[in-house]
Amino acid sequence: MNLLEVQHLKKYYATHKAVDDISFVIPQGSIFGLLGPNGAGKTTLLRMITGIFFPDEGNILFKGRPFNAPEDIHAIGYMPEEKGLYKKMKVGEQALYLAQLKGLSEKEALEKVKYWFNKFEMNSWWNKKVEELSKGMQQKVQFICTIVHNPALLILDEPFSGLDPLNANLIKQEIFDLSKAGTTVIFSTHRMEQVEEICDRIILVNKGHKLLDGAVREIKQTFKQHLFRIGVGALPNFAQMATHHFTIIQQHDHAYTVKLNEDSSTNDILRHFIQHDIPVTHFEEILPTLNEIFITQVQKTEAYA
Amino acid sequence: MHKIWLIIKREFRTRVRKKSFLILTLLIPVFFAGVIIIPILIAVKGEENKRIAVIDESGLFTGKLPDAKGLYFKPLVAVKIDTFKQKYQEYGYSGVLYIPDIDINRPSGIAYYSKGRASIGLESNLNREINDVIEKKRMELAGIDRRQLEDVKSNVKIDFRSGDEETKGSSAVAYGVGYASGFIIYIILMVFGMSVMRGVMEEKVSRIAEVMVSSVKPFQLMMGKIIGIAGVGLLQFLIWGVLLVGIQMLLPLFLPADAIHSINQGGVMAQNANNAAMADAVEKMQFIAGSINWGLLISCFIFYFLGGYLFYSALFAAVGSLVNEDPNDIQGLTFPITLPIIIGIMVMVSAVQNPNSTLAVWGSIIPFTSPMVMMARLPYGVPGTVAYWELGLSILLLVAGFLLTTWLAGKIYRTGILMYGKKITLKEAAKWVVRKG
Repeated sequence: MNLLEVQHLKKYYATHKAVDDISFVIPQGSIFGLLGPNGAGKTTLLRMITGIFFPDEGNILFKGRPFNAPEDIHAIGYMPEEKGLYKKMKVGEQALYLAQLKGLSEKEALEKVKYWFNKFEMNSWWNKKVEELSKGMQQKVQFICTIVHNPALLILDEPFSGLDPLNANLIKQEIFDLSKAGTTVIFSTHRMEQVEEICDRIILVNKGHKLLDGAVREIKQTFKQHLFRIGVGALPNFAQMATHHFTIIQQHDHAYTVKLNEDSSTNDILRHFIQHDIPVTHFEEILPTLNEIFITQVQKTEAYA
Repeated sequence: MHKIWLIIKREFRTRVRKKSFLILTLLIPVFFAGVIIIPILIAVKGEENKRIAVIDESGLFTGKLPDAKGLYFKPLVAVKIDTFKQKYQEYGYSGVLYIPDIDINRPSGIAYYSKGRASIGLESNLNREINDVIEKKRMELAGIDRRQLEDVKSNVKIDFRSGDEETKGSSAVAYGVGYASGFIIYIILMVFGMSVMRGVMEEKVSRIAEVMVSSVKPFQLMMGKIIGIAGVGLLQFLIWGVLLVGIQMLLPLFLPADAIHSINQGGVMAQNANNAAMADAVEKMQFIAGSINWGLLISCFIFYFLGGYLFYSALFAAVGSLVNEDPNDIQGLTFPITLPIIIGIMVMVSAVQNPNSTLAVWGSIIPFTSPMVMMARLPYGVPGTVAYWELGLSILLLVAGFLLTTWLAGKIYRTGILMYGKKITLKEAAKWVVRKG
């Protein structure tokens, strides 16, 4: 089942088209990466999904029904890129306040907030003012405020910026746990290595348009260059490497990077090495990183502009 | 509705819990009480005991200067003023009153020497006593009987009645009350309006706004803040009301018994020169209390406080949503809002003197200035000075006005609060208002 369906969404500002006809679906329980360079329209897109902005055109379906902001926002937790809390307010009070604004009763809010403060070992912060906390601590408080009402859809915009690796891991683990328990996560970031690590599916947007979307594995397959790395036990002589099946791109020590030629298959490479009795130590396909895909795709659209 | 209530509660609580709230709420009445009570205390208590040496070369004043409370005259004979004025302190005198050998018809050269400057009370007391003696002496010389003179003296007070209902009232009282209420409204608009603006700025600059609007509508967030701060204002008035009543009840503890006595006698006991001013003030207070329709005035004050506050605070909220980190932006953006308030206070000052001028009438109807100007006119009487239709139209327009400004501000606020980094001009903000959606 798709938790969220976005159909032909448009949002135009006076001077530019922030979101111009974007469609995608997010299956329930998946971790969905929303990628794009600065100014691509990500924040506008997220603000429409969180009910802050109304789309000029297009539909948002939430749990299969048209998105009804006043009610459905209770099922959404949104942590914006520009993180903020009331600086002079006490941490515990603030969490309770934000939880109640998400529709929890006072009692439920207290229960949930206490649970998360316990889990994250933050009980001693309860009566501290937000401004007394470090930036990383504030971010943990913010994360708790985002998930305290147990949202069906969790939207995290650059959730790890400013966190040390230890705390980043803590939150990453929590994201995985929530996802396993059925929470759908939209994860927006520039950090491609985090996307590869965390996301099942991604969408790449630039200048208000969708460049591509799909499962991370599939996208990598789509953009693969048919490159393979092969390691050898003993270096072959030049004649032994001549074949119409592949072209050597690079040789580094005892490893070759080769590009498969058309009409040949992966096993043709291996067969060639075996026939020439060259000992193979390892063999793997080189898939493009999301980073590479991101850069080439974005540059392509920049070139058109 | 539940959410807006949560927001109101938070805005109210965070402000009321601040130390500055308590301090301000208590200090302002103490300040006003000080302004009112201290002069009364001084008038009543007068100086601490003063011994005044009198060198009377004319002989006219011998035995004629009565010792008043705290003021003792000691006539000295065979003392030269030139030498004595250097050393009167050694003899324990506070000052020397020197009366040369004067001509009763053209008295001059009477002087008082003291180390510091004489107080206002002492100055008027000495002047009065000297003039009293001279007047008596002149009457004697002219053959006028003092008793007859007292009988002839007239002390009639004219009843000033205005309007069809012939409401009793004095212009001076209406002036005072009108000026004070108009001015208080002005202060409220400025102080609370700025407070709303700072609150909005804080939310925008600290970036909490975006988290908030993913839970509540921007309009709810804005109205919650505005209503919460209005609640703080009302609480403050309530505390002041209680304090005012309390202070009145505690007044006897601060004032000497005979002063209170003369207050209760309503001025009959006013022979004592020190208490005359006091008794006069009491009489005026009773007159004020009787001549103004306090029920109407207080209800109107609360209405114009809330109406004016809602009218302007929404605009202040809109401006707060436009401001970014740069505090220099504030000045230019608030100016269009503070300008009509300042014009309002200027019209108010004119209206309180001339409540029926065209400027005053229209100033009290147009919602930009009506909270201040109408409060200045109301004490002059309804329907005497302020016609019913004027009051009705003014109330109607103010309600329509704040509905319009909150709608307008809501549109600007919604967009402005999520615009970071960029400086927003009022022209751009105006475009958001007309834009669809």
